[in-house]
Amino acid sequence: MCLGIPGKVEVIKGKEAVVDLGGVKRKVRLDLVEDLSQGDYVIVHAGFVIQKLTKEEAKDLLNAIEELGEAMNW
Amino acid sequence: MVTESFRDPSLSQLFLKKISELKPEGINLMEVCGTHTVNISRFGIRRVLPKGLRIVSGPGCPVCVTSDSDLFKSFQVLEKDVILSTFGDMIKVPLKRKTLLNLKAEGKDIRVVYSPFDTINFLNNNKEVVFFGVGFETTSPTVAALLDYVVEHNVRNFSIISSFKLIPPALKALLSSKDSKIDGLILPGHVSTIIGTKPYEFIVKDYGIPSVITGFEPVDILVSIYLLIRMIKSKKPLLVNAYPRSVRPEGNKKAQKLLYKYFEVSDASWRGFGYLRESGLKLKDSFSNYDAELKLGIKPENIDEPPGCRCADVVRGIITPPECPLYGKVCTPGNPIGPCMVSSEGACAAYYNYGG
Ligand code: SF4
Repeated sequence: MCLGIPGKVEVIKGKEAVVDLGGVKRKVRLDLVEDLSQGDYVIVHAGFVIQKLTKEEAKDLLNAIEELGEAMNW
Repeated sequence: MVTESFRDPSLSQLFLKKISELKPEGINLMEVCGTHTVNISRFGIRRVLPKGLRIVSGPGCPVCVTSDSDLFKSFQVLEKDVILSTFGDMIKVPLKRKTLLNLKAEGKDIRVVYSPFDTINFLNNNKEVVFFGVGFETTSPTVAALLDYVVEHNVRNFSIISSFKLIPPALKALLSSKDSKIDGLILPGHVSTIIGTKPYEFIVKDYGIPSVITGFEPVDILVSIYLLIRMIKSKKPLLVNAYPRSVRPEGNKKAQKLLYKYFEVSDASWRGFGYLRESGLKLKDSFSNYDAELKLGIKPENIDEPPGCRCADVVRGIITPPECPLYGKVCTPGNPIGPCMVSSEGACAAYYNYGG
């Protein structure tokens, strides 16, 4: 029940949206987020969008680790 | 999909290699999120890590940490003519050999919801509708949104049992216990999405334990393990947010605001921990007309944890599931003795379904 699943916003209507969760379409509530647009990637938990995802890729995380390593002198 | 690059097997291999090179034998890491519990087992991460590096599950499964005293409240409200709405896993937890599912079979009106918001579908009749609310900071704001709807529409036949819990106080209880063997913490990505990074700062400041906020793909999990070992080995503990695609330093302000419009921090009882100060949420006095305990005159009772089941030790990471004598013999997902085997996010179920 704690599961948060990434998905893509397809249609927004008032406080609700249809999100594509890896092929499964689901109606979700938008009470917990601001400024969503069609095409945004989001995390859905218990029928609510809880956050908009940034377009980060694994390589961005790798770069951040590299920088952290340098800063920490590992 | 947006997460694809975090499933790249060559990156997983790269980090596995980096982890082995650090010779992490004897290090104990803990994760505190049901989805991490499941994914670490499902992706077989323990099996490919160097032997002697331990990853244990902590109090990250909301169903598992719900105390029997809190579960009993849902049984008590059903003595009145109410509709009880709650999450699917909750109705399968045995209390004195009986589950809510048994009561449903006996004719009690119990409805299972995927989203708390689905409860609005049952409000349109004369019965009191009680939502049994369990969960951490990810889930409680969704119930605050339901309350917002109920208040706005002036619904009078709705109330909740608030058994919501907060993760940072549980971490504090774990780290300050004498038998704590935790060298590093894998912090929950979606709780952190709501609360941000600040509530964890005490972990490094007061306990010197490195902590990494992590997502749920294989690369996310391996990166967090790598970072933790690096910090442990170099004795330079930090709090690192390795899930910035979802976790902003300030968290989700809108969700926090809605949550604390209706709820305030209170003491709470946990399976395995007993009462922890300021570790849960209760309705604010100004919304006490939505408090099922007050509205229906429920008197909380102290229920002892069931004998035999070692869930209380599992949720504190004191034992791994196979160390429980009942695991896999008497206790299986088909015949669960405790919540750690009931909930798909429980450590016992994750070990049973996917191996350790
Ligand atoms: S295996 Fe079953 S009895 Fe043992 S701790 Fe887990 S849930 Fe409890």
